[in-house]
Amino acid sequence: MSAAADAVQGDRPDVDAGTDAGTASPGAGAATRRRRGRTILVTGVLVVVALYFLVPVYWVVVAASKTTDDLFGTHGFLFAENFALFDNVAQVITHDSGIFLRWLANSVLYAGVGALIATYLAAAAGYALSTYVFRGRNLVFGLVLGGVLVPGTATALPLFLLFSQLGLVNTYWSVLIPSLVSPFGLFLCRIYADATVDRSLVEAARLDGVGEIRIFHVLGLRIMVPALVTVFLFQLVSIWNNYFLPLVMLTEDQLFPITLGLNTWRSQTDRLPEFYELTTGGVLLSVIPLAIAMIVLQRFWRGGLTEGAVK
Amino acid sequence: MSTTPNSVQHPARDGARRSVRRRRPAATAVAPWLLLTPFLLVFLISFVLPILMAIGQSFTRVERRGLFGEEGVTSTFAWFENYRLALEDGSFLASIGRMLLFGVVQVPVMIALATVLALLLESAAARWPAFFRAAYFMPYGIPGVLATILWSFLYVPGLSPIIDVVHSLTGVEVDFLSSRTVLWSIANIVTWTYTGYNMLIIIAQLKAIPSELYEAARVDGAGPARIALTIQLPLIRPALMLTTVFSIIGTLQLFAEPQLLAQVAPAIDSQYTPNLSAYTTAFAYNDYTVAAAQAVLIAVVAFVLSFSFLRLTNRRS
Repeated sequence: MSAAADAVQGDRPDVDAGTDAGTASPGAGAATRRRRGRTILVTGVLVVVALYFLVPVYWVVVAASKTTDDLFGTHGFLFAENFALFDNVAQVITHDSGIFLRWLANSVLYAGVGALIATYLAAAAGYALSTYVFRGRNLVFGLVLGGVLVPGTATALPLFLLFSQLGLVNTYWSVLIPSLVSPFGLFLCRIYADATVDRSLVEAARLDGVGEIRIFHVLGLRIMVPALVTVFLFQLVSIWNNYFLPLVMLTEDQLFPITLGLNTWRSQTDRLPEFYELTTGGVLLSVIPLAIAMIVLQRFWRGGLTEGAVK
Repeated sequence: MSTTPNSVQHPARDGARRSVRRRRPAATAVAPWLLLTPFLLVFLISFVLPILMAIGQSFTRVERRGLFGEEGVTSTFAWFENYRLALEDGSFLASIGRMLLFGVVQVPVMIALATVLALLLESAAARWPAFFRAAYFMPYGIPGVLATILWSFLYVPGLSPIIDVVHSLTGVEVDFLSSRTVLWSIANIVTWTYTGYNMLIIIAQLKAIPSELYEAARVDGAGPARIALTIQLPLIRPALMLTTVFSIIGTLQLFAEPQLLAQVAPAIDSQYTPNLSAYTTAFAYNDYTVAAAQAVLIAVVAFVLSFSFLRLTNRRS
């Protein structure tokens, strides 16, 4: 039952995080001092760790604002006198008649469309497994659960063989179709539906003569929104970050997502040093929207992820 | 699965609604499959069929007649021939051993770091927890490929400011890309990318701990360290197990980081990780059947490790 409890408690407000430790009763001076010391110590540790996570991003901002000569001639953590950020960005965008924007659009297509459809499919299937009792229910659930544990890259090679027989290799479909399925999403949706979709409400809708599929769309989908946000974000990031599948499937650079595209630029830096600026500029341009998205979206990123852990 | 499914087959309450009830069994029998079919169709295409194909391929011998197979190709059942070839390949076995070493060091370090950060951020002593949480989670949004490109620039001598800084401070010339250090340079990239994500899962579970437990502990005079050890750690065990299992699977799948770093680190060969090995076998040697056997072996190792970890931790409790 703790799964259901988790799902319901996913949106509990912070109990004590973030409040200042200065609420002690007057007269407890030693305790207050000790607590302030602890705050300084803990915050100090957190700052040092934050440096570790942020330094590479700071470096790429610095590097993207330098000319190729300055990149090697000046200190890596300091800005050069010659501020070339806007030249570099313009170069990234216009190089090879705007292929960078094409890659970006491809990534948005793969990740956006893929995650949207995957979330809808997982919601429908999870809702069905939760709401109805039917033969084969446990078999389906067990089968899909096994899919969570299968390494994604283990299926990519045979998928390539399958798709090459179907003539789908090197098309948008070859990356899009495998992105439409999220076993983890189904798992999450089912557990969330178990905990939140009210049976008597479903029953009442039925008695009013509402069709089963309509009940799902009007009632089920709406109730499951918090879980759906989690599933969508999870799938969005995993498609956006995927490298192995497009690498195996795609050979034409017009179809590349941003990850594959930037790697082709990076691999040319050995021979053509100007690709250093293209690569760092391209990395900066594609990291910024993602970093902002992560910072904005991380508060939605809860109430759901731990449900999967309950045994 | 501990959640209890709710039955839809309620007993009749009211005779007047019989006409509705008569229609219901048919509708409730068809509806679940209508809702399931789209998902199952895609699942079949992108999970079940490829896995079956990989297993089938791994037991097949393909013979090409003529110099380029132009006189026809025959497939025969090969028993465990491909598995024998895969397991006799010293480099493939070495790559699995390398990932075990990697996992034994990197996974505990990352999970411990994630746990400590989660506990610190959820303690009353932390200032600006929202900012730190966002900063730590941010790398998760950066694809492994871009993270590797970023870090590879920080590893390459001549470009890396880290090497310069360490050199000017200590006089030591660090080499992040030598055959002895490059595995840990990869571990650093993986840790950098996923620590914040694991931390967030742990925080989600920490937030689910009822506040009465904390109050009771404080009444008993327990300090922050004692609360962490006796209340928080035991109660976040499910989250720790989930993140560990996902990390084990992720370790065996390692591909993008070593493949990209290989361009600047000669110490990384084409069979450095199991996945890199399977990729090379399939696309450089065009030997799909042995590659299929390797893919199956990787999946089996991932399964065995995940399940034995779960068994081990379950027995201990």
